Amino acid sequence: MGAGVTVKGNKMKSFQRRRLLVAGTTIAALSLVLAACGSGNDSGSGGDTKQQGSPAAVDEALKAGGTITYWSWTPSAQAQVTAFEKAYPNVKVNYVNAGTGNDHYTKLQNTIKAGSGAPDVAQIEYQALPQFALPGSLVDLRQYGFDQFESAYTPSTWAAVHAGEGLFGLPQDSGPMALFYNKEVFDKYGLTVPKTWDEYIAAAKKLHAADPKKFITNDSGDAGFTTSMIWQAGGKPFSTDGKNVTINLADEGSKKWTSEWNQLVEGGLVSTIPGWSDAWFKALGDGTIATLPTGAWMPGVMEASVKAGAGKWRVAPMPTYDGQPVTAENGGSTQAVLKQSANPALAAGFVRWLNNGDGVKTFLASGGFPATTADLKAPEFVGKKSAYFGGQAINEVLTGAASTVAPGWSYLPYQLYANSIFGDTVGKSYQAKSGLDGGLKAWQDALVAYGNQQGFQVNG
Amino acid sequence: MARRQEAKGWVFVGPFLAVFALTFLAPIGYAVYLSLYRDQAFFGGTVFVGLDNYAEVLRDPKFWESAGRVLVFLVVQVPVMLILALLAALAIDSARLRGASFFRIVLFLPYAVPGVVAVLMWGFLYGDTFGLAADLNDLFGTTVVQPLSGTWMLPSIANIVTWEFVGYNMLIFYSALRTVPGELYEAAAIDGAGAIRTVRAIKLPALRGAIVIATIFSIIGSFQLFNEPNILRTLAPNVITTYYTPNMYAYNLSFAGQQFNYSATVAIVMGVLTAIIAYVVQLRGSREAL
Repeated sequence: MGAGVTVKGNKMKSFQRRRLLVAGTTIAALSLVLAACGSGNDSGSGGDTKQQGSPAAVDEALKAGGTITYWSWTPSAQAQVTAFEKAYPNVKVNYVNAGTGNDHYTKLQNTIKAGSGAPDVAQIEYQALPQFALPGSLVDLRQYGFDQFESAYTPSTWAAVHAGEGLFGLPQDSGPMALFYNKEVFDKYGLTVPKTWDEYIAAAKKLHAADPKKFITNDSGDAGFTTSMIWQAGGKPFSTDGKNVTINLADEGSKKWTSEWNQLVEGGLVSTIPGWSDAWFKALGDGTIATLPTGAWMPGVMEASVKAGAGKWRVAPMPTYDGQPVTAENGGSTQAVLKQSANPALAAGFVRWLNNGDGVKTFLASGGFPATTADLKAPEFVGKKSAYFGGQAINEVLTGAASTVAPGWSYLPYQLYANSIFGDTVGKSYQAKSGLDGGLKAWQDALVAYGNQQGFQVNG
Repeated sequence: MARRQEAKGWVFVGPFLAVFALTFLAPIGYAVYLSLYRDQAFFGGTVFVGLDNYAEVLRDPKFWESAGRVLVFLVVQVPVMLILALLAALAIDSARLRGASFFRIVLFLPYAVPGVVAVLMWGFLYGDTFGLAADLNDLFGTTVVQPLSGTWMLPSIANIVTWEFVGYNMLIFYSALRTVPGELYEAAAIDGAGAIRTVRAIKLPALRGAIVIATIFSIIGSFQLFNEPNILRTLAPNVITTYYTPNMYAYNLSFAGQQFNYSATVAIVMGVLTAIIAYVVQLRGSREAL
């Protein structure tokens, strides 16, 4: 960035200037590295011998020991690293919290582009996996025989750790969607728990008419929510086959969703409080927001950040279009091994322990929602009563959701970029309280243009 | 002999030049270099495209929308802020104000608050669900006050920036006023000049240089608007687009879209525009009387 051009005004807003200068020099530095290694792009540059692995190599590496670096922002990461080092005293894991979500990905992307500095193992959300896997930044774990673990995981999470043919991680958690609702509000206004989206809209109208300050839910436009809702409606807007990408955000499922959800947006029946803001946490506690259709990881968040909601909330299956149970995944992460790793076998061993070994126990103890079928079926997990949810055995509902996830979904190979421009396109429709189809069209057009610029053949 | 002296000069200038070249010229040179290529993030690699990126920026409605927005911001916010700062400096310098040093500190204090903290704080005040704005609406039974909505957003940001930098500019003006020799005021008093006359005939001319400097700093600051909208974006993601200001556009192109080349081009074009406008202001400022 040409921040240096205008550097004489350096005293004013020096903070932001410094940030930009840093950004500028970082880019410059990155490009220096890039230029230095010539065509320094992705795949197939020598050194492939170390990428050849076998199941035995993983065990050997764990025995031999060594040092690896692990980037993650999950709440259980530190406890898992401690437990792992205890189980394998020869292995030292440098745990780094490099930021949450986009901050983490930006840093990861920069180290990949720079060709050095990447961790050996990184947490990557399912939606972001193709973006790192397809350009060849991740190690295909099939060479270590990890494809044998298929039966240990739910089909939807197992599908989510694949990109093309390759297997690029083992699932850690899952987020099958369910309907979280505030029973206190429901009782007060005589609402029944909706089984279909039509009933949901009726409840939204009834609640908002009774108290204009209360809303059935909040939605100011969130890419993760929108894609999950299209997923639940049976939509498959994104498909990738090598370089060929197809985008259709007006397919049957997408339209099915917008035909319901538009009624809420156009009618001003959803609160516009942005998710994860302070106002949002407050609104969840005081009844301003009456329901949340969201992932199964939500209970932990609510217990930690919405103390005022204790005892008020309950969980029900997602409303559907025809009353038949079906849901989608929302969120969830895997751990992947980076190609840059000097010891990929050891890194793979860590991943195996995390998500197919004792690491899962540590993960469960910290309140995570697993992706492993054995744990999802374990009676002590399913039957656990939650005090926060008024003694309800919420996992009965949530594990039920895990087994009714609609199959066949895939994210875009550049989903993170797509999410970043969601507000620019679909957000405009939300802002104008108009139907979302126009916004989805604008989103699709922008995604087609971007994909073609980045070397894909995009049809849309 | 003369040659040796010359060589000695380079030894003294050398360290500065080395750092200057490394931290100023190299990044600019690199940005220019980057702007001549196009790198495809997934397939296809890097291609030399000459001035194609520049042609694209100049045709890019998103770029012009963002540039237009900061221009509007500049035209409205900078005069308001500088006039407020000027009035404050004159008041504090007038010697009629009780506790002048107290006011000086209080006005300057917002500048000492880190920008990010300031914006977060204002974000709380602006909240129309639970913030001060919500309380005001409750008090008057309306929903008129919505600082984070589409039409209010730019004035809301201008308000934050003004709050942050009035004190800083006041200090520039105030220190310029302090350099006026006391004899001038005495002479003016003997000539029978009143307070207003003193301001117009002595203080404002003495401030001219400082005003030009403050204006140029403010212009540059406006064009580089980034922190405030970028932080408020989490509260109003649909109002503040990824291309709300040119700097945000460049930032998001790089770090969300990996379009480093195009991002560098946007930054260069904006840098050149800023330099031109700042230069014009400087020329006018030093030629004409205020």
